[in-house]
Amino acid sequence: MNPSTTANALHTFSIITKDLPGVLVRIALVFARRGYNIESLAVSPGARTGFSRMTITSRGDSQNVEQIKRQLAKLIDVVYVTDHRDKAPVEVEIALLKLRSPRDARAQILGIVENFESQIVDDDDETVMVRLSGTSRELDDCIAALLPYNVEELIRSGKIVMDTGVSPLSDALNNVGL
Amino acid sequence: MDGQKMQVKTMTGAERLVRCMESHGVEYVFGLSGGAAMPIFDALVDSKIKLILTRHEQGATHMADGYARATGRPGVALVTSGPGATNTVTGLLTALMDSVPMIVLCGQTPTFNLGKDAFQEADVTGITYPVVKHSYLVTDVADIPRIMHEAFFLATSGRPGPILIDLPKDVTSALCSAPDPDLVNIPGYTTPGRAQQADLEAAAEALAKSKRPLLYVGHGAVISGAGELVTQLAEKLRAPVVNTLLGKGAVDETHALHLGMLGMHGTAYANKAVQNCDLIMAIGARWDDRITGRLSEFCTDATRIHVDVDRAEFDKTVTSHVQLLGDAKLVMEDLLPLVGRLDTEEWLEQCEGWRREFPLKYPKRGKALRAQHVLDRLNDLTEGQALVTTDVGQHQMWAAQFLRTRENRMWLSSGGAGTMGYGFPAAIGAQFARPDAQVWAIVGDGGFQMTMSELATAAIHKLPVKVLIINNNYLGMVRQWQELFFDNRLSGVDLEGNPDFVKLAAAYGIKGFYIRKPEEVDRVIKRAIAYNKGPCVIEAVVVKEDNVFPMIPAGAGYREMLIERPTKKLEKPQGST
Repeated sequence: MNPSTTANALHTFSIITKDLPGVLVRIALVFARRGYNIESLAVSPGARTGFSRMTITSRGDSQNVEQIKRQLAKLIDVVYVTDHRDKAPVEVEIALLKLRSPRDARAQILGIVENFESQIVDDDDETVMVRLSGTSRELDDCIAALLPYNVEELIRSGKIVMDTGVSPLSDALNNVGL
Repeated sequence: MDGQKMQVKTMTGAERLVRCMESHGVEYVFGLSGGAAMPIFDALVDSKIKLILTRHEQGATHMADGYARATGRPGVALVTSGPGATNTVTGLLTALMDSVPMIVLCGQTPTFNLGKDAFQEADVTGITYPVVKHSYLVTDVADIPRIMHEAFFLATSGRPGPILIDLPKDVTSALCSAPDPDLVNIPGYTTPGRAQQADLEAAAEALAKSKRPLLYVGHGAVISGAGELVTQLAEKLRAPVVNTLLGKGAVDETHALHLGMLGMHGTAYANKAVQNCDLIMAIGARWDDRITGRLSEFCTDATRIHVDVDRAEFDKTVTSHVQLLGDAKLVMEDLLPLVGRLDTEEWLEQCEGWRREFPLKYPKRGKALRAQHVLDRLNDLTEGQALVTTDVGQHQMWAAQFLRTRENRMWLSSGGAGTMGYGFPAAIGAQFARPDAQVWAIVGDGGFQMTMSELATAAIHKLPVKVLIINNNYLGMVRQWQELFFDNRLSGVDLEGNPDFVKLAAAYGIKGFYIRKPEEVDRVIKRAIAYNKGPCVIEAVVVKEDNVFPMIPAGAGYREMLIERPTKKLEKPQGST
């Protein structure tokens, strides 16, 4: 079964918007009104001045995905929306994670962290802070492996994605003169 | 650099705002003043735009809405901050749901007070996000010309809708020397015009195969002015036509191919046609739940074609086989040459059979005055010349059934939002827009009392609006549902304490008439038609407990349509409100 057709599949949207106050609220309302929970959200200025780019992941009934996409596209401040279905975009997420662990557990922690191409960015007698990066799935796995070592703090950036090659997104933006 | 631009002298933001409205041909602003909006009201003193002072901001929005629906041009409402602005929320929802071009200007506390719980401050842009097509909070006076031009463009283009502009008092007071923008540029915003050729051909091919086609016409056809071409399409194909509540008037309802309104309270013959067609073509209609009933049974075996200017309407509720994205009028223009006459004689005969077998009816004997009788006679006596607005409820459905609308923009009713209190102020707006039109507001006793403070507005401008109150002393539609689905356990529907509406009118210096008996109907309607010195109120005291039929109970399928009062107890509605 194609994962994108399951009842509670995870959907990833890339949205180009005008960089204005209130845009995020308008977008959040489209999701909330249809009972979709936004799982992660990353916003930053895009390549074009005055415009932002967002990656939003959300879980919900996939029948409604097309409807959500169209409702997002209908927002006046939204320039372009794509949901990356049937694509394999490049995906990155980073996280910071703080473990409260005695020094004698550090060797095992270091082993796990190295396995996941992550690094220790701070440590003292009581704590270790790890910087993780990779796909969201890799982060999930790494965090799961570190769970036994007293995870005290965790923050994830939310994933960011970009389609490879000349994508419909770049074409669409060029078409509207951006 | 053209001379026009050089001449822009330094004005306040409020003056530029008013200048922008003038340049867009605004004739009237409907509003209610207040502290935060004072610079704008002040700027209107020197403008040719006429300010209509209303008695409540909801009334102002519905007047702007009625003006817009009667003309196709954007209606403008102007209110102050805080409660003034929050009182526009219902009007915004009404306009959004029915795709009405409207601009609501709200005064706001000065920018330096924003977010500090200042007097009469409300986060109006925040409160109204879900009920606007778009909105602006203006924080820089230099943005006023651009935002105003964008607002008019957005309100009227594509799928029209309401635009809210929140205007802090320091911004409207500041001097503005920004030039008018050369053109409006909103990246990513598209206004579909002509449909794709391949889709047109697919539609033509599907039509060519149909033996039992049906054209289902909605508000989009009214808005785009597609009615005449839809009529030509129906005639060319020999296909029957039904319309939604808001589609009334796009195609002349007295046309031989017209079967009236479809849906929950549609005519039985329209609904039989929906049930039996092999192809249904939605033209500017959105398969609303009042139209479809139970989705899993709606036209499942028919080929479904959908013409809409809003891509988000495709497959939202009912999926369609052919989707024509574009303006209804342009789509009709391009489709007409691709289609020919279909072999539908048998189908049309079947529809005529249903029309004969299941006509709209009501008891005509006896002394009781019935709403249907009043509206039936109003239809005959106004001879299709009346511009009708309605409120929401039983009277609205009876009016939709018995008043056959012949022309575009002659029927204004709150459909999507179902806003009680809409009808009377909308009629005022329509009468301002079309001073020569014979405007009738058909309202219930419940809805009228929500906005009847506008009697003063109608009176001082001597507007010849005729307010027909269908008074059954109940919130009748809810009472009907309680009777049918809740064992007649009446709860919150008895309007005991209603005023004498004729005496109420007299208090405003407004002419009033009673209709209490069937034999008074014609005489009073004729006198009301002849009375044009100002508004008049006609209180028709009708039987208290009458029901609207046909009826497809909410969430039920078409085959469960009730043609008359059922003899057995019904299930409570499931799956819809």
